Amino acid sequence: MEMAVTALTWVLLMAGAFFLLTGALGMVRLPDVFTRMHAAGMTDTMGAGLILAGLLVHTLAGGGDLAAVPVRLLLILGFLWFTSPIATHATAKAALSGGVRPFTLAGEGSGAREPAPGEAFSAGQSGEREGGATS
Amino acid sequence: MFAVTAAALLVAMVLAMCRALLGPTAYDRVLALNNIGTKTVVLIAVLGFLNGRPDFLDLAIAYALINFIGTIAVLKYIEYGDLGAPSRPGGEAD
Repeated sequence: MEMAVTALTWVLLMAGAFFLLTGALGMVRLPDVFTRMHAAGMTDTMGAGLILAGLLVHTLAGGGDLAAVPVRLLLILGFLWFTSPIATHATAKAALSGGVRPFTLAGEGSGAREPAPGEAFSAGQSGEREGGATS
Repeated sequence: MFAVTAAALLVAMVLAMCRALLGPTAYDRVLALNNIGTKTVVLIAVLGFLNGRPDFLDLAIAYALINFIGTIAVLKYIEYGDLGAPSRPGGEAD
């Protein structure tokens, strides 16, 4: 029983660490801010979720003060799972209205900032559609 | 096992800090900083377990809330240029 709990904690913590490292690598390697948001979201959901689940299993198996620690872990998890999609959505909205054109394979948009925000984004959309048709 | 997790968190934070330093647009930097904040929350929780002091979880809760407010504030400042600006054209300032 003891060994099974330790093994489960190890598995959860290492899976969380794997997702954290993968998401961080994606944030360095991916081409523009929208694709990087995808990697960052995976860090928030799976990485933090699995690590906090590992801590929760460790606490629940250890007995002791059952009221304080698991409730706080669940509160942290709840806050992270509510706030990180909102923050990511706000970042995406600000980046779109700030004139960043989404990266496409046709070479339209490189994540660079455009000089004229409103015009640039609608032009980027039509360019993306043309690029999709030709490729 | 907590030490290994904390080390992985620190490596991931260094990678995210690389993006915050390199990022071509301000949005990349905000995204990286928000991500570093999330990792800091988890790191505080893991460090509490590493030291045998789960009281650190209270700090992690406070840090999660402050991190979210800070990200939204910086984004609003970048988008509107003014923290008191209305969120839609013609709306009341909030």
